[in-house]
Amino acid sequence: MFNKKLKRVAALLSGTLLLGTLLAGCGGEEAKSDEIRIGANFEMTGNVANYGNASLEGLKLALKEANEAGGVNGKTLKLIQVDNKSEASESVNAATKLISEDMVKAIIGPAVTANVIAESQVATDNKVPVLAPDATSPAVTVGEDGKVKDFIFRSCFIDPQQGDVMAKFAADNLKAKTAVVYVDNSSDYSKSLGQVFKEKFTAAGGQVVMEEAFLQKDQDFKATLTKIKTANADVIFVPAYYEEVGKIVKQARELGVTSPILGTDGWDDVKVADIAGAEALNNTFFSTHYSDKDESVKGFIDAYQKEYGHAPNVFAALGYDAGRLIVDALKRAGTDDPEKIRDALATTKDLQVGTGTITMDKNHNPIKQAVILENKGGDRVMVAKIMPEAE
Amino acid sequence: MDFSEQFLQQLINGLSLGSIYALIALGYTMIYGIIKLINFAHGDVYMVGAYIGFFAITQGGLGIFPALVVSMLVTGILGIVIERLAYKPLRHAPRISLLITAIGVSFFLEYTSMYFVSPTPRTFPTLMGDVSIHVGDLIINGQQLLILGITMVLMVILTYIVHRTKIGKAMRAASFDTETAQLMGVDADRVISITFCIGSALAAVAGVLVGVYYNSIDPLMGIMPGLKAFVAAVLGGIGILPGAVVGGLILGVIEALVAGFISSTFRDAAAFAILILVLLFRPAGIFGKNTSEKV
Repeated sequence: MFNKKLKRVAALLSGTLLLGTLLAGCGGEEAKSDEIRIGANFEMTGNVANYGNASLEGLKLALKEANEAGGVNGKTLKLIQVDNKSEASESVNAATKLISEDMVKAIIGPAVTANVIAESQVATDNKVPVLAPDATSPAVTVGEDGKVKDFIFRSCFIDPQQGDVMAKFAADNLKAKTAVVYVDNSSDYSKSLGQVFKEKFTAAGGQVVMEEAFLQKDQDFKATLTKIKTANADVIFVPAYYEEVGKIVKQARELGVTSPILGTDGWDDVKVADIAGAEALNNTFFSTHYSDKDESVKGFIDAYQKEYGHAPNVFAALGYDAGRLIVDALKRAGTDDPEKIRDALATTKDLQVGTGTITMDKNHNPIKQAVILENKGGDRVMVAKIMPEAE
Repeated sequence: MDFSEQFLQQLINGLSLGSIYALIALGYTMIYGIIKLINFAHGDVYMVGAYIGFFAITQGGLGIFPALVVSMLVTGILGIVIERLAYKPLRHAPRISLLITAIGVSFFLEYTSMYFVSPTPRTFPTLMGDVSIHVGDLIINGQQLLILGITMVLMVILTYIVHRTKIGKAMRAASFDTETAQLMGVDADRVISITFCIGSALAAVAGVLVGVYYNSIDPLMGIMPGLKAFVAAVLGGIGILPGAVVGGLILGVIEALVAGFISSTFRDAAAFAILILVLLFRPAGIFGKNTSEKV
């Protein structure tokens, strides 16, 4: 009896599998010979959808411009978009679909570190280059064994550089002697930035007097903030994402914490101001990739404004940079062979993109300057441009 | 700020956090008290309440108190619908089926809301100015006081309803022995519906107040507070209204003290350690009487 049932189940299962394979075989539509397919694996929904969607818009603009200028190597670029729902496992699925069904020659995205790391094995196995526009953790391009991942690139600066830049800014510009580091314990991004800030700030003669942590989705930070207040430090460093940052700044000011609060590019979203309010945000500083007040990026901003009817944020700018970078690599490769594209990406030098110039270093990280913005009376003011130390 | 001031400030932080747990725990414990169901969807009903309040304020242009009323009404009806569709058909099924169904309802609410309102967090418009009271170095936020006050008032009203009104008497009768109550002419279905309606409306109050206080809501906001409120209800003695409030306040204070004086990373661990300790040593909770199951 049991045996019979088992057999039936087995038959049913194999039938389903077969059907699945057949359907999958039909799914991928043949690539036309006059187009180059580029995959976009982004967070279009989920908790960091703001990042993913903005990057995608920037990327689309860059490819559109390239197509309008006659395409690349006589072919038009076709972008195939897949949503990874802001989850690492979905990111792997999305990359697999792009590679095996859609036959893309390169993948742009995802936006955040964990999701890029998740897809890197699939991409490496299939020898398809990945270009991450916004992922700032060193682990994106360098594996745990310390070796550079052959097919994984990025077009933004890395976490240590932001931690470095903010430590310099705190010590040199704000003349801070003591600091509190308050990180999101559920995020590698936050923890690694906290670590680097501590090293560099100590090296610059400062002292980290207290280290505290919170978790993603926390609502109430007042207990820890009360403790932080007692440390009376010159600056508080909170390298985290916008939702928690907004609440932390709001609650810190409610508790009467007046010291400058410093952050990184995770702060670069309007939600921070929505949640915290302009007044609470005064006297906060964060490092980011570019400033829209900067004259040299005006061309990009105008084009973006014209295309989408609203101003770009930093993730849109980085998505645009990634688009420019891949177009440049395709041109220099002269073919759409993924391995040749990889070689071209690795040798990028002095390429002018939306937010500055990019030269790829040996770890597949661009050398690029960071800007520091101050939130002041509901506006953002550029207060410094700092070049990180090259690795 | 010296130690005693810091301690007092943490106490204030803890009470305000705890009053939110208490508010959610009230609904939890009330539903448990009447039909012995641990309604795991309660945290998500709280989330739906927050969103209804949000839309009443931003789309309907209502003020905070009218929005509270609208949210309570709509969420109360949602509570009745959930009970009718998901729990009523299982009234005579084993307890575990109900519990699993409650978890299913919880996921259903979370992901249906995510589909309709998108997972992006929303920010509440500022409705009340930042009124804060300074006593020396201590800072008490006006909204914290409001939440604590509303929790206390609701606790008193609920206790009154359950112990002093006709419907309350029916609730207690149905809770004690549903079948006998029905034989005595109590419409048990109606009583249970009303219980769910009130419990869900309470969750809506908590949702809207949290939205106003923390200024940010999202479709998964109910998970953690729902679990914490469950701990609070168990701590106070599940099924007992004042127990839920006391349990919530104690839990909030413990969390604040742990975060403030030990380590912020141990805060949640401490909350759930309390649950385990209570279940081990005093399963009936602070206010509960240890009764043996009748055979």
